[in-house]
Amino acid sequence: MALLFNLTFLVYIVAAVFYVVYFINQKNDIRTMAHLILVGGGLLHTAALVARYLTDGHTPITNMHEAVSFFAWSMTWGFLIFRWRYKVKNFGTFVSILVVLLMTVSAVSSQEVIPLPPALRSNWLPIHASIALMADAFLAMGFCGGVMYLLQENEIKSRRFGIFYERLPSLEALDNLNHHCLTVGFPLLTLGIITGSIWAKQAWGTYWQWDPKETWSLITWFIYAALLHFRFTLGWRRRRAAIISIIGFGAALFTLWGVSYLLGGLHSYVG
Amino acid sequence: MLADNLMIIGVNHKVAPVEIREKLAHTGDCENPVVTLKNMSGCNEGCFLGTCNRVEVICAGDGSDELAMAVRHMLFARSNLSDTEALRYSYTYRGQEAILHLFQVAASLDSMIIGEPQILGQLKKAYRQAVENNGVGTILNKFINKSFSVAKRVRTETNIGSNAVSISFAAVQLAKKIFGSLEYKRVMLVGAGEMAELAAEHLLAQGIEEVVVANRTLANAVKLARQFKGRAVSLEDLVDELENIDILISSTGARGLVLRREDVKPVMRQRMNSPLFLIDIAVPRDLDPELNNLDNVYLYDIDNLTDVVEVNKSAREKEADRAGRIVQEEAVKFAAWLESLAVTPTIIDLRDKIETIRRAELERTMPRLSSLTRKQQQTIEMMMTSMANKILHHPTLFLKADKRSCVQQERINLVREMFDL
Repeated sequence: MALLFNLTFLVYIVAAVFYVVYFINQKNDIRTMAHLILVGGGLLHTAALVARYLTDGHTPITNMHEAVSFFAWSMTWGFLIFRWRYKVKNFGTFVSILVVLLMTVSAVSSQEVIPLPPALRSNWLPIHASIALMADAFLAMGFCGGVMYLLQENEIKSRRFGIFYERLPSLEALDNLNHHCLTVGFPLLTLGIITGSIWAKQAWGTYWQWDPKETWSLITWFIYAALLHFRFTLGWRRRRAAIISIIGFGAALFTLWGVSYLLGGLHSYVG
Repeated sequence: MLADNLMIIGVNHKVAPVEIREKLAHTGDCENPVVTLKNMSGCNEGCFLGTCNRVEVICAGDGSDELAMAVRHMLFARSNLSDTEALRYSYTYRGQEAILHLFQVAASLDSMIIGEPQILGQLKKAYRQAVENNGVGTILNKFINKSFSVAKRVRTETNIGSNAVSISFAAVQLAKKIFGSLEYKRVMLVGAGEMAELAAEHLLAQGIEEVVVANRTLANAVKLARQFKGRAVSLEDLVDELENIDILISSTGARGLVLRREDVKPVMRQRMNSPLFLIDIAVPRDLDPELNNLDNVYLYDIDNLTDVVEVNKSAREKEADRAGRIVQEEAVKFAAWLESLAVTPTIIDLRDKIETIRRAELERTMPRLSSLTRKQQQTIEMMMTSMANKILHHPTLFLKADKRSCVQQERINLVREMFDL
């Protein structure tokens, strides 16, 4: 089980290395290999999650190790599915690096299998947690798009062309990428909050009780809602959209980790 | 030496700021510059070239300082500058230097954008005008026409022309990096110029939706717009039009800024932050450098675009070097031709003299040799001709020779004295 996870981690690292090599030398066969390795990593990861499910006896999203691992899994498959629909030049490099970073966090977190606390024994657990983490995965991809946008824009604006100008796609394409990730991530985020709220009603008798995790997920939601709304009304696109999607992802990460470690609250067992 | 009679006095973007250049004599002046030139004492032939970046007077005459001063006076008449100041803002080339300069100008090596093809057309037009006004004689005719063929040689033997092309290509590449596809995008040309038109043509090939032309004189805008099947607007409507366009190429001859940060800032909100790609080809700049600090505005001037094609920089420099060598080689050849023009009368006189002697001696001697056969007589005639040629050979070489130690005029004088020509 841990072996499967470690193997997945290793394969992801190899995939990321191939993507970085491709980023530098731009040879198409390297990209194909990187892609295949990432698919392999994704499959291994799926197997690892299934194995973990069988050991745990419940959906493996209950501690930090499992949650972040699921996050990385969602991101890998989110990217692979996205890529199947539409391709963005060198997006894989950024995504695979972030996946490796997430896996690192997951790997250093305690991998101990803890019996499920009574409060979490509900069918809502897999629904709420997986939707929320998938939302995070798409928002993370939006974050990658935002970073790529800023890197590319910086070179075009400063008129000093380094390694990114040739390799990254057009600003238009990156802005679209950012928006597309958001149009998937934001509904998932909304759904995550709604399912959480319903579960809270069942578990604690109230839909919303302003525990820090709830508050921060609402803050995250408002950041992305503002971005989506003002994109159409005030033209918040491109640079501004890129910056906000980076800030929004920061808020999402804080909701996932910071709240658990710093603020405590009802959700604190997830971490 | 005839080459010394050639003189070019000019002002270009390298020696004078636009404030000075704007006040110089112009082709469109009511008193035709070529006619003015012809009336100057000491000036035999004259041609006047005026473009937005340069004014050149090419003349053949006595090459005196008085003539140079008169030319400067004509050039700077409208600027109220003293002759000392005029001297500072202009260059004067004589002889070999003048030849080299005109060849460089024609080959577009002296242009702001090296290799831009516009200058040759402008020079041809200037030449035509000079011909129409009887400004051109033997020397300028040969000189200016030679500059055309040198330019042609440079263009065919080097890749210098691709520089201008690669700059406009770089503009297209950048536009693609900003906008993705260029379909349905609108481009606006402010002012006109070869570079702007070239870039517009490249953009059109990428599926640009519409070309809008803005010009101070609407008639010119309409003319250019027709070329691109576009729309013409007056320069006053520039800011209003900004809302509808994506790419703007500016190349007006205006002294000040055409578009400022304050003009564009409110427009960006109306544009819902859709990006604006501004290309400033003009010197001095048309567009406020501060514009680049606005969000979603990307401002490039000609130097920035040149940096984009940095990859080819060494190749471009090599081409420019090759072009420079061709120009130098041709300049030396032309100078030699001019010098030979100077010795030609002496050589002709010398040949005539020897020929006269030969004939006289033959006529005197032949009657006394009537006993000889026809064939023998012919042999003697041939011997005399070949003797005359052999005697002529070294003096001729001496005249033509490129000996720096001895001034050509002195050699001519020496030969003329020696042979009593």
